Amino acid sequence: MSSYLDAADAAVEHALALGARYADARVMHRRTEAMSARNGAVEALDQGETVGVGVRALVGSSWGFFATPRLDAASAREAGRQAVRIARASARVPGPAAMIPAEPEVGTWASECLVDPLAVPLSDKGDLLTAATSEMRKQGADIATGLYQIWDTRKWFVSSEGHRIEQHIRECGGGISATAVGERETQVRSYPSRRGQYGTRGWELVDELDLGAQAARIADEAQALLRAPQCPSGETALILGGEQLALQIHESVGHAIELDRILGWEAAYAGTSWLDLAELGKLRYGSDLMNIVIDATYPGALGSFGYDDEGTKAGKHDAVRNGIWTGVLSGRESAAVAGLDYAGSVRSMDWSRLPIVRMTNVGLEPGPHTLEEIIAETDDGVFMDMNRSWSIDDKRLNFQFGCEIGYEVKNGKLGRMLKNPTYTGIGPKFWQSMDMLSSEIVAWGTPNCGKGQPGQVGHTGHPAAPARFRNVRVGVRG
Amino acid sequence: MSIAEQVVEAARRAAGGSADVDVNVEHTHEALTRFANSYIHQNVASDTDTVTLRIHLDGRTAVNSTTVIDDAALAALVERTVAAVRLSPADPGWAGLSGPAKLPELPAAPDTATGDAAPEVRADQVKAYIEAIGGLTAAGYYRNRMVVTEYANSEGQTARGTVVEAAIDGIAKTATSDGASRQASRLMADLDGAALGARAAAKALASQEPIELEPGEYEVVLEPTAVSDVLWVLSGYGFNGKAYNEGTSFVKLGEAQFDPSVTLVDDPLSGPAAGAVFDVEGTPRDVLTLVRDGVTRAVAHDRRSALEAGVASTGHASAESAVHGAEPVNVRLEPSGGAAPTEVEGPAADSAVLGLVAGVRRGLLVTDHWYTRCLDPRRLVMTGLTRNGVWLIENGEITRPVKNLRFTQSYPEALAPGRVLGIGSHAPAFASKYGVASAMAPALWLAGWNFTGGASG
Repeated sequence: MSSYLDAADAAVEHALALGARYADARVMHRRTEAMSARNGAVEALDQGETVGVGVRALVGSSWGFFATPRLDAASAREAGRQAVRIARASARVPGPAAMIPAEPEVGTWASECLVDPLAVPLSDKGDLLTAATSEMRKQGADIATGLYQIWDTRKWFVSSEGHRIEQHIRECGGGISATAVGERETQVRSYPSRRGQYGTRGWELVDELDLGAQAARIADEAQALLRAPQCPSGETALILGGEQLALQIHESVGHAIELDRILGWEAAYAGTSWLDLAELGKLRYGSDLMNIVIDATYPGALGSFGYDDEGTKAGKHDAVRNGIWTGVLSGRESAAVAGLDYAGSVRSMDWSRLPIVRMTNVGLEPGPHTLEEIIAETDDGVFMDMNRSWSIDDKRLNFQFGCEIGYEVKNGKLGRMLKNPTYTGIGPKFWQSMDMLSSEIVAWGTPNCGKGQPGQVGHTGHPAAPARFRNVRVGVRG
Repeated sequence: MSIAEQVVEAARRAAGGSADVDVNVEHTHEALTRFANSYIHQNVASDTDTVTLRIHLDGRTAVNSTTVIDDAALAALVERTVAAVRLSPADPGWAGLSGPAKLPELPAAPDTATGDAAPEVRADQVKAYIEAIGGLTAAGYYRNRMVVTEYANSEGQTARGTVVEAAIDGIAKTATSDGASRQASRLMADLDGAALGARAAAKALASQEPIELEPGEYEVVLEPTAVSDVLWVLSGYGFNGKAYNEGTSFVKLGEAQFDPSVTLVDDPLSGPAAGAVFDVEGTPRDVLTLVRDGVTRAVAHDRRSALEAGVASTGHASAESAVHGAEPVNVRLEPSGGAAPTEVEGPAADSAVLGLVAGVRRGLLVTDHWYTRCLDPRRLVMTGLTRNGVWLIENGEITRPVKNLRFTQSYPEALAPGRVLGIGSHAPAFASKYGVASAMAPALWLAGWNFTGGASG
C-alpha cells in the first residue's frame, strides 16, 4: 500500500536529514483473532487491528528507536526525529555499532494459505471449540478448555540503503486441554500440545488437527493420571516424544545459539549463553546424530518468513552438524560485532518494538528410526511426552522439564502410565547422550517465546521427532 | 464527551439499545534505555493508542480493538464488533457491566514528569549506574512508563486515570559472578542509579569463585528481589479468582494457611508501587487484604469469576482475565517495621537483610529467583533457579559464595505456620519484568527451602 510505504520513507528521510548515518522503518498492519472455550461454552472472543511504524536510526555509533501508531507524513517525520534524538542520548554512554554489508533487497513475499482463517465463520470456529470441550466434560474432565489464535500480518520495510520489501504472513493454530483436579494435585492432558499447534498456514492447519476426535482420549488420560504411580527418581534411558523434544531444542539449543545472548546483550534479563564464539566450528554440542538446522524457509512452520525485520532474505544454514556447533542466529549488527558474515534472524513482535535476534525455525534433521523401534530397543527406561513445565538457567545449561504423561519402558514395551514425569540435565551432556532418533519429524510451532525489554512475544518453529537419551536423571530429588 | 463515551454511543446506536457496551481507551508511553557490556546498546520509546470495544447482545459477547484513533477507524471498529457479536457463539458466563461507582482516591497525583522522562534523563541514570560499578561489566535498563486510561459503559460508569512508573534494574558482572539491584517508583526522584550500581557491584565482587553445594533442604534468607517472585507467583496461581473457582488454587478461604506473621495485601493506593484504581471493566479497585495474620481472606475477581463465586468483583479484570483469571497486581507483604534500613558492607542488600542473616545457624542467602515455573498449581509447587548471588550463612555470618542451585518447592508450604522465622523491616518496591504488576517485598527468613539440583546437574 503506497501510503504505508510513504510513511516509512518519510520517517527514514527525516532521520537521515537530522544526521543519522543509517535508518530503517517498518510499518506493520496486523489483524488478530482469538477464541477460548471452557466446559462447552465460549468464554472469550477477542479481535484486534493494530497499525503503526517503528523507526531505527544509527547516529555515530549509537542507536535510537521510536514507534508511533500515527502514519500521516508529519507523524512519520516526527518518529524519525525522535529516533535520532534517542540515538544522540545513547551516545552519552557510547559503544561499538556496525552492520555487516547487505544488498538492498526489493521484493514481496506471502506465506501459503489455503483457507483464510479470518474468513471462516465465527460460528463454525466456536462450534469446533464448544463441541470438543463438551466432549471432554462428558468424559469426566473437571476443566475442559480449547483455544485458537489467528494472526494476519502485513509489513512494509524500507531502509536508507534501498530496501523496499512487502510481506503478508498468515499464522494460525489451536488446541484443547483436559484437567483433572485431585485433592492435592491436578493432572492435564492436551492435544496436540499444551499450547496447541501453530504454523504459517491457513485454517487448513486447524482442520487437519481434528480436535474433536482426540477430546475423549485426553479427558480419560487426565483422570487416569490422578490414579497413576509417581514417576520414579533416578538415572535411566529417557525417550522423549517429538513435541517435548521441540521445546528441548527451543530452550537448550535455540536460545543458546542466539548471538545477542552470546555477546552479552541479554545478560541482565534473558541471560547469556554457555557457548563461546572461539569454539564455533569445533565444540561438540551433541552426539553424531545431532544435526540442527536454522531454516526460515521451512514451508508452513511458525518461524518462516520471506525477509527478516532488517531486510535480510530468509535462508537456511546449519547450527549443529554431526554434533559439532557450526552456526548462530544473528542480525546484521550482532554479526558485525562478532566478525561473522551472515544475518537473517532479526524480528520484532510488532511495529512498536525494536527488532532483535530471534529464532526462526530451529530444528532437528530426521534420524534413521521410528518411535516404535526406539521403544522396542529399550530394555529399561521412561517415555515422556507433551510439555507441562520448563525451566532453564541463564546460560542455557541446567534445565528441568516436566511432561504431562510418562510410561515405563520395560523389555522393549510400554508399561505402566506414570504421573508427574520430569527430567533434568546439562545441555551438552544431555545432547551427547542422544543415541536413537526417529525420522517422524513434525514442525512444532511455539507462539509464546518471551525475550527482550520491553518484553516481546515471538513465534518460532521447531522440527523435531522422538529420540532416546542415555543415563538421564528423571524425577525430582528430595 | 470523551472518546470512550463517543464509542459507547456509536456502538449502542449500531447494535441496538438493549446491548451492553463498554469501552477502554488507553494511551501508553513507554521508554526503555537498555545497557549491556557497559554501554547503551538499545534505546527505545513508543506511543500506543488502543481503543477496546466490548459488546454483549442477545447472549453473545465480542471484544474488538484498534490502535488507530480517527473517525473512520472508530466507525470501522464499531461495525466489526457489531458484526462479530451477531455471529459469535453464546456466552452464558456474561456477568453484566459495572454500574456507576465512585473510585478510590490516590493520595497524590501522578507525576507525569516521571512517566514522560526524556531519553537524556534515562541515559544519565544509566551512566551513573555504570560508573558506580567501578570497572565491572554492567547490564540492565532504566524504564519509564505512563498509561492514561478512559473507561465508559452503557450503564453510565465512567472513569479516567493515569498510572506512572519508573524503574532501574541491572546487574554487575565479573568473570565468575553476577550481582543484581533493582528498584521501582512512581517518582523518578526516588531512583538513584549510582547507589543501585554500587549495590550490584558489591554483590558481584562478593560472589566470585563460588563453591558447589550439595542439594537438599536449607534454611534460607530470601532477599526482597527473590521475595517479589514469591509474591507474584502466589498472586498469579493462588489468589486468582478463576483458579479458586476451578479448584486449581491452593487457597482455602478462612483457613490459617500461612504463618501468623504473614499479612498480604493488594494495594493500588499507596507506596511507590501503587497502580490503577479501576479495572478494564470500570470496577473500582481498592485495598484488598488477601491474608491477614496468616489467615487467607480473599482472592481477586473480575465480574465473570465473581458471578461464578457469588461475590462482588474486586476490580481485577484485565484483558486476559476472562481466560487466565483475575489476579492481584500491586501486592505487598507487610514488613515487620522498624528503623529504615542502611547500606551495609558485603553482599547483603541492606541492614534489614543482614538482621535476618544474623539469626541463621546454617543456611543460604538468595538474591534472586530465575525462570520459576509451576509443576502443579494445587500445592503451588514451583521449580526454578537462584541467580545473581547466593551465599552460605554459618552461625549468623555470610561466609562464602555458592554456585546457583535449582529448587523444587511449594511456595505456600514454605510460608506455612511455623515456617516463617523472620520478615524484613521494610518492603522495597519492584516492577515486574513481564507486565504492569508491582510488588513490595521485604526479605524473608524461612525454615526450609528444597534445593533439588546443583550447578552441575
